[in-house]
Amino acid sequence: MKTGARVSGVGAARDDSETRPTVTVADVGLESVRKNFGDFTAVDGVDLEVGKGEFFSLLGPSGSGKTTCLRMIAGFEEPTSGRILLQGRDVSKLAPYDRDVNTVFQDYALFPHMTVRKNVEYGLKVKRVPADDRTGRATEALRMVRLTDFDDRRPAELSGGQRQRVALARALVNEPRVLLLDEPLGALDLKLREEMQIELKQIQQRVGLTFIYVTHDQEEALTMSDRLAVMNKGKIEQVGTPADVYERPTSSFVAGFVGVSNVLSAGVAQRIAGEGRSFTVRPEKIRLAASDEHPQPEECSAQGHVQEVIYVGAHTRYVVELEGGGSLVVLRQNLSSSSMEALKVKGKQVQLIWNRKHNTFVDDATLDFDQTDGSGKEKR
Amino acid sequence: MVAGGMEPAAVRIGVRAATAAVLAFLYIPIGVIVLYAFNTARSQSWPIAGLTTKWFGVAWNNPDVRAALANSIKAALGATAVALLLGSLAAFAVHRHRFFGRSTVSFLLILPLALPGIVTGMALNSAINFGGDIFGLSFSLFTIILGHATFCIVVVFNNVVARLRRTSRSLVEASMDLGADGWQTFRYVTLPSLLTALVAGGLLAFALSFDEIIVTTFTSGSEMTLPKWIFNNLRIPNQRPQVNVVAFAVVVASFIPVYVAQRLTQDRPHNPRAV
Ligand SMILES: Nc1ncnc2c1ncn2[C@@H]1O[C@H](COP(=O)(O)OP(=O)(O)OP(=O)(O)O)[C@@H](O)[C@H]1O
Ligand SMILES: [Mg+2]
Repeated sequence: MKTGARVSGVGAARDDSETRPTVTVADVGLESVRKNFGDFTAVDGVDLEVGKGEFFSLLGPSGSGKTTCLRMIAGFEEPTSGRILLQGRDVSKLAPYDRDVNTVFQDYALFPHMTVRKNVEYGLKVKRVPADDRTGRATEALRMVRLTDFDDRRPAELSGGQRQRVALARALVNEPRVLLLDEPLGALDLKLREEMQIELKQIQQRVGLTFIYVTHDQEEALTMSDRLAVMNKGKIEQVGTPADVYERPTSSFVAGFVGVSNVLSAGVAQRIAGEGRSFTVRPEKIRLAASDEHPQPEECSAQGHVQEVIYVGAHTRYVVELEGGGSLVVLRQNLSSSSMEALKVKGKQVQLIWNRKHNTFVDDATLDFDQTDGSGKEKR
Repeated sequence: MVAGGMEPAAVRIGVRAATAAVLAFLYIPIGVIVLYAFNTARSQSWPIAGLTTKWFGVAWNNPDVRAALANSIKAALGATAVALLLGSLAAFAVHRHRFFGRSTVSFLLILPLALPGIVTGMALNSAINFGGDIFGLSFSLFTIILGHATFCIVVVFNNVVARLRRTSRSLVEASMDLGADGWQTFRYVTLPSLLTALVAGGLLAFALSFDEIIVTTFTSGSEMTLPKWIFNNLRIPNQRPQVNVVAFAVVVASFIPVYVAQRLTQDRPHNPRAV
C-alpha cells in the first residue's frame, strides 16, 4: 500500500469528514436520479449529496453507471427522472455551458488544433474575459499544474502526463465550484499515476474545490477521497468515508469490490464465528499461527492449509483453503521474512487467528467476485 | 508490407515488377502527350523532330483556347462553391441528426458518383430542356455548373462526413463544458477541425470538374470548355501540337489539387474519394 501511505499523508483531514456539518446546502445533489437508454437503465435511482470542498469518489466496476452520473451533472445527459442540484439550484434542464462545473475527460479531449496556452485560455475566451486577464490566469493555471514553458506546443507534442495536466489546467482556469473528473489517470502508467494522485489531491486542497472523481480503482478511491460512493448496476451500494467503506462494508458486493473479498458464507460463519450470518474480515487483520496455538476468547480461529503464496515485495499474500469449505486471503508484512521463507509455507497446515471485532456481517447476496481479485495492486 | 522481411525474393521482385507495369500503363500515355507538346513538327510521328516550346506561346495566344480555359475555370469554381456549401450542409445533417431515412439519403448522395456520366448527362439534358420550356432555362455556364455539382457534392460530402465521424464527440462536449455555446463551439472547434477536409474536398471537386467532358457535353449547349475544345480539335491535324500543349496544362492543373488534397488527408484512412 505504497500509494496509500503517501497520499493519506496529504489528506490527513479526512477522518473528521464524518462529523461534517450537514446543515449547509450541498454543493452537488442528486435526487432519485434515473437514466434510461432505451429500455436499459444505466442509473437507477441515485441519491447523493456532496459537500463544498469535498473530494468525493464514485467507485464501481465497468458499466456501473459512474460516467453516466457524471455526464448528468455536467449536463451532457438529461436525467430520465429525478433532479440534479448545484448549490441547491435545480439545473437538470440547463445546458452544460450554463452550469458552474467543469470536466476533465478521460481522453482529455484537448483541442488538437490549438496550442497548450490556447487550450487553457479557451474557457475564458468564450466567456469574453479581457485578453490580459486571460493571459495572467492561464499562466497561473499552468504554473499550478507545473507545466510552464510548454505554451506553444500542440497536444500531439505532449506526453500522456503532460496532456493530463493541460486538461486539468484548462478546467481549473475557469475557477468552477465543482470539478468532475472521469478516470483522469486511467491512461497513465503506474508511476505517473501515483505522482498525479498526490498532485491532484494537493491542488484540490489548495484551491478548495469540490471534486467528483470517477474511478474503478479501489485503492485510488480509498487513498484520495474524503468520502466515496460504491456503485453497482446503476445503484449506490454504500456511501461513506474510506475507513467506513473498507472496514464496515454493508454488503458483500462492497466487501468484495473494495479490498480482497474474504467473505465467508453463512454456513462457514456459523462454524467459525458461532453466528449464522455471512461476514467478511480484512486480510491484514488475520495472522498465520501454528495449528496447535490456542486462540484467546475474543479471537476467531480456523484451520486450513496454504494453497497459494504470492510474494509482493513489501508484503506476502497467502490464500488459505479452510477445512470445511471457504477460503481466506491473509496479508502479512514482510517484516523479517524473505521471499524464500515466505514461500516455504506453501502447502502447510496452518491456523488462522483474528480478533472477532474485525468481523463485519454483510448481506448474503451471491458474490460476483473472484477471491483473488479486487486487491487492485498486483493486477497492474 | 507488414511481412516485408518474410517474403521470398522471387515474390518481392514479382510484386515490384507488377507495380512498375501498372504505373507504366497509367503514365506512359501521359508521358507521350507531354513529349509531343514539345515536338517541333506539326505531325505526330516517331522519332520526334526536335524539342521546342513555341506551341505553348501559340496555344496561349489562341483566343479560343483562352475562352475555353476561362470557362472551365469559372465552371470548376462555381461547381466547387456549390459543392462546398451543399455537400457540407448535407454532411452535417446526416451526421448530426438521426432522422427517418438517414441512410437512404446518404446512399442517394453517393450514388451519382457511381452512375454513368452518360446517364447523368442525358437526364440533365432532358431536365434542362424541360426547364427551358417552363422557366426559360437555357444551356449556359450556369447549367454546366449545375451538372458538375451533381458529382462534386459527393466528394465534399464524403470528406466532411468522414472527418465529422473522426472528430471526437468529447471535443464538442469539452467546448460546451468550458462555457462555449453552440455557435462558438462550431466556430472555434468544429470548423477548424473540418478545414482541411473542406479544402481537400474542394480541391478534388475542382479537379473533377475541370476535366469533365461527358456531363459537360450534355449540359453546355454551345459553351466551350477546355476538355470540349480538346475533343473537338483532336481530329484537326494542324491543331495537334496545340491540343497536346493544352492537354499537358490540364494534367498539371489536375495534378496539383489532387496532390495537395492527398497530403491534407493523409494518415486518415476510410476516405474513399480522397485517395
Ligand atoms: N449513450 C448510451 N446509450 C446506450 N447505453 C449507454 C449509453 N451510455 C452508457 N450506456 C450504458 O450504460 C451503462 C453504464 O455506463 P457508464 O458509462 O456510466 O459506465 P461506467 O461506470 O462509467 O463504466 P466504465 O468504468 O467502463 O467507464 C453501460 O452498460 C453502458 O453500456
Ligand atoms: Mg466510465
